[in-house]
Amino acid sequence: MAISSKPGSNRPIDGVPTRLRSEKFIRFLCFACAAISILTTLGIVLVLSTEAIAFFTKSKVTPAEFFLGTEWSPTFNDPKFGIVPLVCGTALITVGACVVAVPIGILTAIFLSEYAHPTVRKIAKPVLELLAGIPTVVYGYIALVYLTPGLRTFIKELEVFNALSGSIVVGIMILPLVSSLCEDAISAVPKGLREGGYGLGSTKLEVTSKIVLPSALSGIMAAVILAMSRAVGETMAVTLAAGQTPNVTADYRQSIQTMTSYIVQISKGDTPTGSIPFLTIFAVGATLFLITMGLNIVAIKIVRKYRKVYA
Amino acid sequence: MNFLLLRRLRTRANRRWVKDKMFEFLCQLSVLLAVVILISLLWSVFSTGFGRVSSQFLTSFPSRIPQNAGVKAAILGSLWVVGITAVVAIPIGVAAAVYLEEYKIRDSKLTDFIQINISNLAGVPSIVYGLLGLELFVRLAGLGRSILAGSLTMTLLILPMVIIVSQEALKAVPRTIREASYGLGATRWQTIRYQVLPSALPGIMTGIILSLSRAIGESAPLITIGAVTYISSIPEGVNDRFTVLPIQIFDWSSRPQKGFQDAAAGAIVVLLAILLVMNSLAIILRARARR
Repeated sequence: MAISSKPGSNRPIDGVPTRLRSEKFIRFLCFACAAISILTTLGIVLVLSTEAIAFFTKSKVTPAEFFLGTEWSPTFNDPKFGIVPLVCGTALITVGACVVAVPIGILTAIFLSEYAHPTVRKIAKPVLELLAGIPTVVYGYIALVYLTPGLRTFIKELEVFNALSGSIVVGIMILPLVSSLCEDAISAVPKGLREGGYGLGSTKLEVTSKIVLPSALSGIMAAVILAMSRAVGETMAVTLAAGQTPNVTADYRQSIQTMTSYIVQISKGDTPTGSIPFLTIFAVGATLFLITMGLNIVAIKIVRKYRKVYA
Repeated sequence: MNFLLLRRLRTRANRRWVKDKMFEFLCQLSVLLAVVILISLLWSVFSTGFGRVSSQFLTSFPSRIPQNAGVKAAILGSLWVVGITAVVAIPIGVAAAVYLEEYKIRDSKLTDFIQINISNLAGVPSIVYGLLGLELFVRLAGLGRSILAGSLTMTLLILPMVIIVSQEALKAVPRTIREASYGLGATRWQTIRYQVLPSALPGIMTGIILSLSRAIGESAPLITIGAVTYISSIPEGVNDRFTVLPIQIFDWSSRPQKGFQDAAAGAIVVLLAILLVMNSLAIILRARARR
C-alpha cells in the first residue's frame, strides 16, 4: 500500500509520524521564544552586576560608602559617590506622586465601580487606558512650561526646576494606573457581600467603607505599590521638571535629582565608555533595579494572596 | 423649609443619608478634578502646538533657528524604530504566548517560572532596558548607536507586554473550539494554526498596537543607548544613527528659548496624533472582536 503524503493525513511514515517531528520543532521554537524572557532577566542581572562590580573595583569605593554616602558628585575633580541624594530625590518624587494619585485614584475607582452608570464605566475604561498611554516626556514638557510657572505665582521660593511640579505630573501620570487597578480590585469583590450590607439597611457609604474597601484592600495595596514602582522608574518627566541637582532634602521647592535622571544626564553627555562616571550609571541602575524589583515582588505576593480569597 | 431640614438632620438616619450623599459628591468631585486637570493641561499644549504644525514643520530637519526647525528626521526615526521593533517583537511575543498558553504543561515549574519572570520584567523601569541595550547591542554586538540597536532594545522592553496581552487573547478563545478541532483529528499545531490563532487574532492585534504605541512614546532607553537629537539626514538603513519624536520633544523642551518650546508643543501634537490614531484602531478592533 502506497504511503499517503496528502496534507491532512496523519499516517506515520517509516514508523515515525513526521508531523509529530515538525510539531516538536514548532513546540521547541515557541519555547525558545518564551525563554528569551528568562535570558532578558539574566542579561539585565549580568550587565548590571558586572558593570557595578567594575565600578566598585575601579573607583575603590566601598559599597558602604556608596549606599550611605550623602554626597554625589561623580564628575567633579574630587569625586564623591554617595547615592543617598539620588535615592532621596527619587523618594521625594515617589511620595509626592502617591499623595496626588492615591486618594484621587481610589475615589475615582469607587465612583466608577459603585456609583457610575454602566455606560460611563464602559467609556471610562478605554479613556483611562488612553491616558495611561500618554508618553512621559509630554508630562515633562507640561511641568516645565506650564505647571512650574503657574505654581511660581503662588509659591515665590519655588526654583525653576523643583521636586513639586515633578511629583505632581508623575502623580497625574500614574493616576490612570492606580484607578484602573483599584477598580479591578473593587469590582472583584463578590456582589453578595454588598447585598448583605444593603439588606441590613446600610447606606452606600457604609457598604463601601466597611465592606467593599476592606475586602478589596489587598488589591488596592498592590495597585498602590505597583504605582510606586512606576514612579520610582519614571524618567523623562522628572528629568525635565525636577532638575539635575543631587540634594538631600525634604523641601519640595528645591531642585533635586533622581536616579533615573542621573542616568539620562550621563548618557546625554560625552562620557567616555569605561570611565568611572560611565560605570556609575550601571551602579545606579542596579540600585534602581533592586528597588523596583522589590516593590514588584511585594505587589505580586499581595495579589497572589488576594486571589486565593475569591478564587 | 430650613427649619424642617434641620429637624430632619437631627435624626440619625438622616445624618447617615447626608454623609452618604457627601461621599458620593466627593467621589464625583475627584473624578471631575482629574478630568479638568488633564483637559486643561492637554489644552494648553494643544493651543500652542497646533499653531506650530505645518507642512514646513513636518518636512524640515532640526535647526538652530527655532522657526525653521522641523520633525522630519524624528518622525522617520520613530517609524524606522517602531517598524523594526514590530517585525522582531510580534513573532517572538506571539510564539512565547502560544507556548505559555497552548503548550503549557500543568503544574510545570518551568512554565510557572517563565510566567512570574515575565510579569516581573513588565515592571522593570524602561531605563534599565536602556542600560541592557547599551551593553548588549551597542557594545558587545558592535551595532553602535544605530536604529537596529534601538529597535532591539525596544523589542526587549515591549516583549513582556506583547506576551501578556497575547496570552489574554488566547485565554479568551473558548475551550470547545480546541476540543472540536482535536475531535476532527487535527494535531496540536493544526489546532493552534487554523483555529485558535485566527479566533484570537483581533485580541492579539489590539494588544500589539497598544504595545507598539508604548514603544513610540518611550524615549529613556533610547537616550541611554545614545540616540542623538541633531540629525540632519534621512536614515537610509538600520545601521544609521537616529533620533525619535520623544527625544526631539525632550531636547526642545529643555532649551530656554520660547521658540524651541513652541516647537516641542508642535512635536507633542504630532506624537499624540499618531498615538490617538493607533489607540483608536486598537479600540475599534477590540469592539469588533467582542461582537
